Formats: sequence, C-alpha cells, structure tokens
Amino acid sequence: MGWITTGLIAWAVGWQTNVWLARRPKTRLTRLIIPIIFGLTLIALWECLVRGLEVKAVLLPPPSMIAVRFATSLNILWQDLVQTVVKGALTGYVMGCSAAFLTAIVVDRFPFLRRGLLPVGNFVAALPIIGMAPILVMWFGFDWQSKAAVVVIMVFFPMLVNTVQGLQATDSMQRDLMRTYAAGYWKSLLKLRLPAAMPFVFNGLKIATTLALIGAIVAEFFGSPIKGMGFRISTEVGRLALDMVWAEIVVAAIVGSAFYGGVALLEKAITFWHPSQRG
Amino acid sequence: MTQAEANETSCQPVISARNLSLTFQTNDGPVHALKDVDLEINKGDFVSFIGPSGCGKTTFLRCIADLENPTGGEITVNGMTAEQARKARAYGYVFQAAGLYPWRTIGGNIRLPLEIMGYSRADQDTRIERVLELVELAGFEKKFPWQLSGGMQQRASIARALAFDADILLMDEPFGALDEIVRDHLNEQLLKLWARTNKTIGFVTHSIPEAVYLSTKIVVMSPRPGRITDVIESTLPQERPLDIRDSPEFIEIAHRVRDGLRAGHGDNV
Repeated sequence: MGWITTGLIAWAVGWQTNVWLARRPKTRLTRLIIPIIFGLTLIALWECLVRGLEVKAVLLPPPSMIAVRFATSLNILWQDLVQTVVKGALTGYVMGCSAAFLTAIVVDRFPFLRRGLLPVGNFVAALPIIGMAPILVMWFGFDWQSKAAVVVIMVFFPMLVNTVQGLQATDSMQRDLMRTYAAGYWKSLLKLRLPAAMPFVFNGLKIATTLALIGAIVAEFFGSPIKGMGFRISTEVGRLALDMVWAEIVVAAIVGSAFYGGVALLEKAITFWHPSQRG
Repeated sequence: MTQAEANETSCQPVISARNLSLTFQTNDGPVHALKDVDLEINKGDFVSFIGPSGCGKTTFLRCIADLENPTGGEITVNGMTAEQARKARAYGYVFQAAGLYPWRTIGGNIRLPLEIMGYSRADQDTRIERVLELVELAGFEKKFPWQLSGGMQQRASIARALAFDADILLMDEPFGALDEIVRDHLNEQLLKLWARTNKTIGFVTHSIPEAVYLSTKIVVMSPRPGRITDVIESTLPQERPLDIRDSPEFIEIAHRVRDGLRAGHGDNV
C-alpha cells in the first residue's frame, strides 16, 4: 500500500507545483520546467504503481529497472544505434530525400511526368512497408543496406509530393515579374521557385525523419546481423527481457526527437522569412 | 485625331498600338478585353490609363509588357515587337502589390533583376544605392520587406523597376492599396522621379485626381468591349505642386475625364 500512496502523493505534489508555476509570470525557465516536472511526475507515478500493484516486469518494468539496464548496456545500445540510426536510417534518409528532391525538379519540368508519375507514386506510397521490407532484405542482404533501401522507399514519396507542391507555390505575379526580366527557366528556378518551395521542402524533410526511424527499425525484424535496434527489440522480447526493449525504445525516442529537432532548427534558419517562422 | 497632332510635335513613338484586340475565351463565351485600340506614346510621356474595372486598362499595359498575347492588331515597343522588347529588357514593371521576395532584403530584392541581367557586382551596389536614394529609402537596404510599411514596400518595388537601364516604366495601379495621404506623397515623389530620369511612364489607375495630377496624357477607357473613348492632352505645367489640384485648369481636365468615363459607361452612372 505504501508504494501506491507515495505515487499518489508524488502526483499531487507535481500537479500542485505546476499549477503554482503556471500562475506565475511566464519566463523561459517556467516554459522549460513545467513539462519536465510533468514528465518526472509521470515517471514517479509509473514506478510507484508498478511496484505497489506488483505488475510483472514482463508486462511493464519499473523505470528504475529500465534506467539500470540502460546504464549497464551503453555499449550495446551505442552499437545498435550506429547500426540502425546512422547506417540504416540516416543513409536512407539522405539518399531518399535527395533523390526525391531531384526527381521533383524533373517532374515539375515535364507536365507529362507530373500527370504520370505522381499517381503511380501515390500508389507505391500506399504499399504497406511490412510487405516490402522482406523483399528488400532478400534483394540487398541482411546488413544495413537493405534497411537503407526500406527507408529510401518510405521517405521518397512524401518528400517528392511536398517538393512538387512547393515548386508550384509561387503566385502569378511573382512569375510575371521573372518574365518581365526575361529570366530563363534555370534563373527563375534558382532565384524564385526553389526559395519559395523551401517551407514545403522542410515539411517533407520533417515528416521523413519519423518515417526513416520507423522504417529502419521495422526492417530489422525481417532479418539483420546480430546488432541493430530492431534486431535487439525483437530478440529481447523473445527472451522476455523487457527492460532491454524499453531501453531501446528510450534510445529511439531520444534520437527521433533530436533528429526532428535538428531539421526543425535548420528550417528556422532557412525559412526565417516565412510567416509561420516569423512570429 | 489628337494623337496625330501630338506626333507632329515630337519624334518617333516609343509605344504604338494599331487595331489592338484581345479576346479571352471563357466558359461563358468570348470576352473582349480589348477591341481595336489605337494609341501612340512618345518618349518622355507620362500616360495614365483610367476607366472602370473591366475596361482593359491593365490588359493593355500587360500587352505592352508581353505578359498577354493580343489576338488581333499589332503593338510595337521601341520599334520592336512586344516580345523582342521584353527580351531586350526595355521596361520596368511595377505591379499592384509590391511583390518583394520575403527571403531577400530590400537591397537583395533590388539586386534581383541586376543579377539576372548580369550586371557586375560593383555596378549592382552603386545602382542599389542610387535607386534607394531616388525613392527615399536610403538606409533600409538591409531590412526585410515584412519589416516595412506597405508604402515603403511599394517604393522599394519601384526602386527595383528603376535599377536597370530600361527607359520605359509600366505601373499597374501601384498605389491602389495605399491610403490617401501616402498616395499623395508617393504621387509627388513619382513626378520628381519622372522629371529626373526622363522615363516614359505608362500608369494604370482608377483615380481621376491621380490621373490628372500625374499625366501629360490621359487615356480614358470603357468596358465591354474594352476600348479607348478619349485621349486628353494635359495642359498643366511640368512643375506641379500638390495644390495644383485646386486650380480651375485641373478641375476642368478632371471634368473632361469624368465626362469621358460617363460617355463610355452609357446610362449606368
């Protein structure tokens, strides 16, 4: 009973602290600290409830157990991260996004492709990744190459569609202006249409960060060398070592947020002029 | 014809339209935006096009700029076809909205046509400085468009059209969205600028006082089909302080413009 009472007290204290903080004038510090207190409260409640209600570690390990496992397995976690995130996800992300970007410019240039390729693209984008991943593992082998291929397929079309849309985002007056300067295709592309497309491009890049991570992890379920986050998750579940699975999930959450945040920062630097970034 | 008389007193026309027609095909049938328009504009003229919406004044300006393709008649600019003139960068065009690129500074926006046309970097810098002074925006070079008021943005867009060597300036209701006080001020500045640069200016407006105040020649147009109903040569002196608008001469010209607009509009006004 003691654990549950402690948990409820922790919850009440965290709640009260945040209410008190929220009533005070807003500063950068309070904006930062309120979600942190909220998160810590949740973790404390989780810990106390799991221990108090004697939930089996296989169903839900307490956060302390996950933390211990995390701290003692740094080597393995790092090795998995390099394998899955750096080799699989990042490589695929860079290849897929650049390929989609270049394809978008070609598609935009030729209306025939826009009408022909985009519907086909939507069709391919609708294919379930679960179905494609085993095939790609067969094609490209067990190592990170096949994971990168899955990521390429996953990020390609969202990126393509967004960029094509962005390239059409200029209004007729801006295009007329280029015409009065007798600017050719490439000059209008470089000086008007690409800069105007940037908010859309970054939208695609941000969506693709999440997809890349999901793709790289899930693809490892279908065969991989004996390292990688997806491999670890699937094998440790088999061994009922749920604390390790959760440790990998923590890594994935941190990496995913950092990845997304990095792209968002870059977006802020490049599309500083856009009304959504100016505020 | 008044144009013919005007021609005798000056040299070769800069812009000349003969029987110019433009018909848009729409779902509701053809729309005659312009029908048999004849007009000659001489070097150094300040020509205003005035008329109700749908009279083809903007369309005519866009035909000069080769932004529209006439379906009949012919138009020459500097003795060339409109397309050749556009490719020779014969004119600067000021749109209804400033249309500055938000990712470029004011200086960067003025640099845009200079970059495209291949001016040297040093030349770009001196030109930007000069035109910013001309529109009284010196010191705002490093600001972004969205940090400036609407009037300042429009002045920057005029500077952008003046930065390269085109001796024709086409302006499509450039001050239409601005308030009266700002507009008066910009009108005054525009006249000074015109006197200093000796450009030929085509200016679309729907304000009678603006047209009379600015122009050496006022072209009154009427809709359905878009055509010219009157061409008025202004008798106002070159030097025009703002209070010239209270002079009997000014009011008389304004009357004639209003009569022209009414005649073109049938019984509707």
